Amino acid sequence: MYSKGLVPLAAASVVTITTAFTLVFFYAPLDADQGFVQKIFYIHVPMAIVALCGFVAGGWFAIRHLRSGERSWDMRSYVAIHLSIILGLAVLVTGAIWAKASWGHWWLWDEPVLVSFLVVFLLYCVYYPLRFSIEDPDRQARYSSVFAITAGAFVPLNFIAVRLAEKYTHPRVLSQTGGSMPGEMRLTFLVALLGVALLFVTLWKLELTAKHASMQLKRLRNRARVAA
Amino acid sequence: MIGGARAILRKDLLIELRTKESVPAMVLFSVTVYVLFHFGLDRDSLDGELASGVLWVTLLLAAVIGVSRLFAAEREQGGVDGLLLAPVDRTSLFVAKAAALFLFLSAVELVAVPAFALLLLGPGLGGALPELLVILVLANVGVAAVGALVAALAAETRARELIVPLLLLPLLVPLLIACAQATEPLMRQDAGPEDLGRWLGLLSLYDVVFVLLSVAVFDFLLED
Amino acid sequence: MPALPLDEAGKYVAAAYVVFVALILIYVAIIGAKIARIERQITELVEDDE
Repeated sequence: MYSKGLVPLAAASVVTITTAFTLVFFYAPLDADQGFVQKIFYIHVPMAIVALCGFVAGGWFAIRHLRSGERSWDMRSYVAIHLSIILGLAVLVTGAIWAKASWGHWWLWDEPVLVSFLVVFLLYCVYYPLRFSIEDPDRQARYSSVFAITAGAFVPLNFIAVRLAEKYTHPRVLSQTGGSMPGEMRLTFLVALLGVALLFVTLWKLELTAKHASMQLKRLRNRARVAA
Repeated sequence: MIGGARAILRKDLLIELRTKESVPAMVLFSVTVYVLFHFGLDRDSLDGELASGVLWVTLLLAAVIGVSRLFAAEREQGGVDGLLLAPVDRTSLFVAKAAALFLFLSAVELVAVPAFALLLLGPGLGGALPELLVILVLANVGVAAVGALVAALAAETRARELIVPLLLLPLLVPLLIACAQATEPLMRQDAGPEDLGRWLGLLSLYDVVFVLLSVAVFDFLLED
Repeated sequence: MPALPLDEAGKYVAAAYVVFVALILIYVAIIGAKIARIERQITELVEDDE
């Protein structure tokens, strides 16, 4: 049953995300250089991290699918990638808004993380046309898994390459996640990260439940047709 | 395994020699793109990063043609089924297809790189030839591995001619970064390698990752 | 570049958070449509059975 634990998960995501937003606007201090604009960081970066983890998880489920031949792993992989693409879109849009607010341009090519993310996003967008142009269900699952594994391995490689291509690195907030971020900011960021991650798992389970329900229904209808 | 791969490779090379479909088309395409860049950029000669960017983007776009034709013979004559009936494992098929693509790309570059130097490049290529050769070989290994994988992935889809470029080009971005950055200092007036080790390292890492990955997952493609 | 004043920055921050909320709502709507279809099909199945 895919719906197992869905209710407590949903409740936990609501509580954590509400807490995170409260912390962002009432607790975390204003950033010394960027001021209020830096608040975008608390939604943009957690979404980016969760989306990348979702892509990698999609690859991991795909490996499980190819090993076991069970269709349910392919479904898990598909839903994880599907959700990560949606989050990825949000990451690109919020990234552009942040860039505009703090540097005056909608897009910055010397921002390696954002640029890598765009390349990864473009690659994963091809998942849909690839998957849905294969009719045979078994073959669709197998080819989609091969794509998910290839793209999952591509993600870190691409980040290394784009990072190396930078001639100079911007002084910026992202690097502060490393160590110099004040304690209040760090706590707020971690709560936001946990919230987005919980939300991701909740929605993942929700879509899997819906998919599973509709597959079961299809079986029931076929049985009814045979009986009639 | 080696024997099977060699047989398929010989078949592919024979078909290419007889029909002359992929390589001449790729060469023609590259020269056409140079002409497009000449007019699009409105420049008679290029150097530095512009030259290396134009050269590599052109070569990778030409590779798209080769990749989308890679399984053409099998598809048109129902040969995939025949290959799979024969006692040849998937790994030999992958090795043969990647080797064929590697040879096609090398043949194309044999014409397309001198044509670039002749038509668009400002400074001469003479002094930097050994370095460029190493970059080209490493790049061809990477494109061949990724290309064979993408060709097999797209072979069974309805929208094949759409999937190949959309899938191949983003996957080649790290390779393009490494090649363009490594070639850029070789195409400046004061030519000389610079940071070459870093970019060759990245290229080799890319090659190793995708060769291993393709061999590992190729078993699950073209199967039925 | 100096930090934007609050009334300017507020718009951008609000926009970023609106993007997040809007995408979640769209996602819920898509799942909702899926569940609506399941419900319709179940109803058909039950009616055929009666």
